[in-house]
Amino acid sequence: MSIYEYLKQAIAEERPVSLAVVVAGQHIGARLLIDPRGERLGSLGDPALDELVAADAAALIEEERSETRTYIAGGEELQVFIESYTPPPHLIIVGAVHTAMILCTCARELGFTVTVVDPRGLFATRERFPNANALIVAWPDEAFPQLRMDRSTYVAVLTHDPKLDDPAVRLALQKPVRYVGAIGSPATQEQRRNRLREEGVPEEDLARIHGPVGLDLGGRTPGEIAISILAEMIAVRHGRRLS
Amino acid sequence: MQEVLEAVETWRTRGERVALATVVKVYGSAPRGPGSKMAVSDKGEMAGSVSGGCVEGAVFEECRRVLRTGRPLLLRFGISDEQAWEVGLACGGTIEVFVEPLTW
Repeated sequence: MSIYEYLKQAIAEERPVSLAVVVAGQHIGARLLIDPRGERLGSLGDPALDELVAADAAALIEEERSETRTYIAGGEELQVFIESYTPPPHLIIVGAVHTAMILCTCARELGFTVTVVDPRGLFATRERFPNANALIVAWPDEAFPQLRMDRSTYVAVLTHDPKLDDPAVRLALQKPVRYVGAIGSPATQEQRRNRLREEGVPEEDLARIHGPVGLDLGGRTPGEIAISILAEMIAVRHGRRLS
Repeated sequence: MQEVLEAVETWRTRGERVALATVVKVYGSAPRGPGSKMAVSDKGEMAGSVSGGCVEGAVFEECRRVLRTGRPLLLRFGISDEQAWEVGLACGGTIEVFVEPLTW
């Protein structure tokens, strides 16, 4: 299989993969594809260089970053562009509420794959969420096992109902997801943390909860809250600590 | 790659050759980050972008050249010169764009 075909398939299957190319120096245009699962295709023209670049590619893909780095091979300097292909970010919204409708639309515009989860069939309708990639009328414990919940996944819990919010937060914290945001005032957050603590959720996981959810932009309408949540997700994605 | 993949697939299915331009380095502020792509077919069709529209014309010509010569190129674009109709970036940054035939 060619590098192009391999890359195309990885993109279609939403699997991460790194692609390195010599952009200056000897063997300009030489390519190496690195699949984090272990497979490699092609070469940059020097086996030792391939090893160095593969190690750097593994670190870059974790940060979802692409960059050009300088290496020395065979006594000559060369530049290698290492490109990280990561699956589109996945947003799971629990609670098909008004804020969720606007969050869904805006996140889709920004390239997120969006899944909406709510057991209440009255709320979780196609009319209310025309552009959600998936709409699951089920409880979080039924819905989550079918969903991609990896380093590119963001979970926003928005129902205001502890029967739904508590299990959603607890289950999300069991996964390596990038972001867990939960709606509610500081007092609500404190009560939820106490309940989750009693259920045995470790302190380091409780510290991962973003709540009150979203950056403090001062807005109160569903649209303003949706934007503040999305803004917080973007900051987390790019490693900024603002909240 | 995702941004140009559909166009590239269409062109390749029709048997056309494709050149790919990729932003590989950014100094200062620039409209598009590393990995941003533009693709050009040998019929002169184009997809994607590497800047806010400031250098696409020049990159298009270089893509056509690469399709003729088969040799990859590393281009650098800096701030535009107000005195001349020179190709450059209005934002004050500098970008490096790697142009290559899609033969891999």
